Amino acid sequence: MEISPAQPWRTRISRYRLVGHKCKSCGRTHYPPQPVCPYCGSSELEEVQLPRRGTLISYTIVYSVPEQYRSHSPLVVARVRLDDGTVVDAPLTDIADPSSLKTGMRVEAVFRRIVEDGRYGIIVYGVKFRPVLGSV
Amino acid sequence: MSRRVFVAGVGLTRVGRNYAKGLVDLAAEAARKAVEEPGLTPQALIVSNLLGQLLDKQSLLASKIASSLGLRYRYAVRVEAGQASGAHAVITGYTLVASGLYDSVLVVGVEKMTDYPSATVTASLSTTLDSEYQAMYGLTPASYAGLQMRYYMEKYGVSRDELSEWPVLMHANAAENPYAQFRRPITKESVAKSQVVADPIRVLDTSPVGDGAAAVVLAAEEALREAQPRGTDPVEIVGVAGASDAVATMLSELDRLPSVALAFRAALRRARVDSKEIGVAEIHDEYTITAMLVIEEMGYADRGKAAKLLAEGRFRPGDKPTLNPSGGLKARGHPVGATGVYQTAEVAMQLRGDFPGVKAGDTEVGVVVSSTPQAASTAVIVLRRT
Repeated sequence: MEISPAQPWRTRISRYRLVGHKCKSCGRTHYPPQPVCPYCGSSELEEVQLPRRGTLISYTIVYSVPEQYRSHSPLVVARVRLDDGTVVDAPLTDIADPSSLKTGMRVEAVFRRIVEDGRYGIIVYGVKFRPVLGSV
Repeated sequence: MSRRVFVAGVGLTRVGRNYAKGLVDLAAEAARKAVEEPGLTPQALIVSNLLGQLLDKQSLLASKIASSLGLRYRYAVRVEAGQASGAHAVITGYTLVASGLYDSVLVVGVEKMTDYPSATVTASLSTTLDSEYQAMYGLTPASYAGLQMRYYMEKYGVSRDELSEWPVLMHANAAENPYAQFRRPITKESVAKSQVVADPIRVLDTSPVGDGAAAVVLAAEEALREAQPRGTDPVEIVGVAGASDAVATMLSELDRLPSVALAFRAALRRARVDSKEIGVAEIHDEYTITAMLVIEEMGYADRGKAAKLLAEGRFRPGDKPTLNPSGGLKARGHPVGATGVYQTAEVAMQLRGDFPGVKAGDTEVGVVVSSTPQAASTAVIVLRRT
């Protein structure tokens, strides 16, 4: 696979810092940020720094991974409800024992290397979540 | 709208690994059978295919197939809506005939998945997720099904054993279907012991990778009168609807597929059919959990209860509705972009009475519910025996 540098660069702020959009009309937040509120259709949106902590809604341990992630297998991915209610999907990291995972666990966002593109040498960074220390 | 639209011919290829046949070969095989039945030459071509641009490096697939099938100069386009491409292609063909633009349309769904290793195919299927925020992080459609399945099992107290009824039923149905990829019955034990794909999803919860093509000829009454049909009564498409949603339902709870409920209700309204009248349904069971959620969104089970109804013996051949007598995506197979056309052909054959496998009980009204694992796109087609 070839990752052009432009793609991860365009989305770096929202992906590195967990920046979403808050709708001034209906008050709901969404991530990733869209040009129009997906709930009410309003264009009156403002950037918002989302909370970096949340709870696990669900998680899964993936053994059948795409080809460029073969060295990452098994991948642990999760759906997280951030403390303001916004839902984010992300890989989990720093999991020594996957059987220790439980829905409802507290997790926190951390900056991590996501994938490396062998062809152009791009390293894509982003946010993963890890169990809040002391909660496992 | 407008004119009545009929399914005048169907053609299927057996789903499986077919190294000797490419996209055009498979399309030609299905198309020939579909066109032979009514004996007319279609005026337009709609192709459904998901992975051709990625794996075969082939764009303009409809143009390529049209000129390969003796349909040079005809209106020809490809429809893509993820795993729901096929049913959306049928809807597109339907609108071309219903509007009066064309009297007959050939719809061909075709997919090649087996030329490449599964890790490559998985990466291609991940294009149905958000490329910047999900696929780039290594998320896959199977990992979403894993999130859905864990959430569902915990929220509703549904066991692995209860969910295993579905793949067992699909394999039992497919054993009679000459077009099915898998014709071997399986047991609940083998489902529970099969390899973990994305915990708790096991291999026997997932639809297989396979090549295949299916075709239907849609025609107005005028075209049918001029043709020399082979003797089976055409089946009418009486209602269609589609709905879209965000890729991977980041906007919904993990146990909800809102576009399925919306499209299903809209199609029934247009068809003037109540869900109780449906005798046979071919629904999107890309994963076991997908089937459970689709059944619940269609209103055939309360939330969290689909697996329990199945365990009690519901939805089997003879029940109303009979679900996936073809064996479904799980066992008939899922050549992704073609699947919705397979489902349309299968329901049409059930209503005509000549489906070569397991027969549904009541075959007056049938429905196709095609979607994607996270219901980012749903297409519903209601058919009625004439």
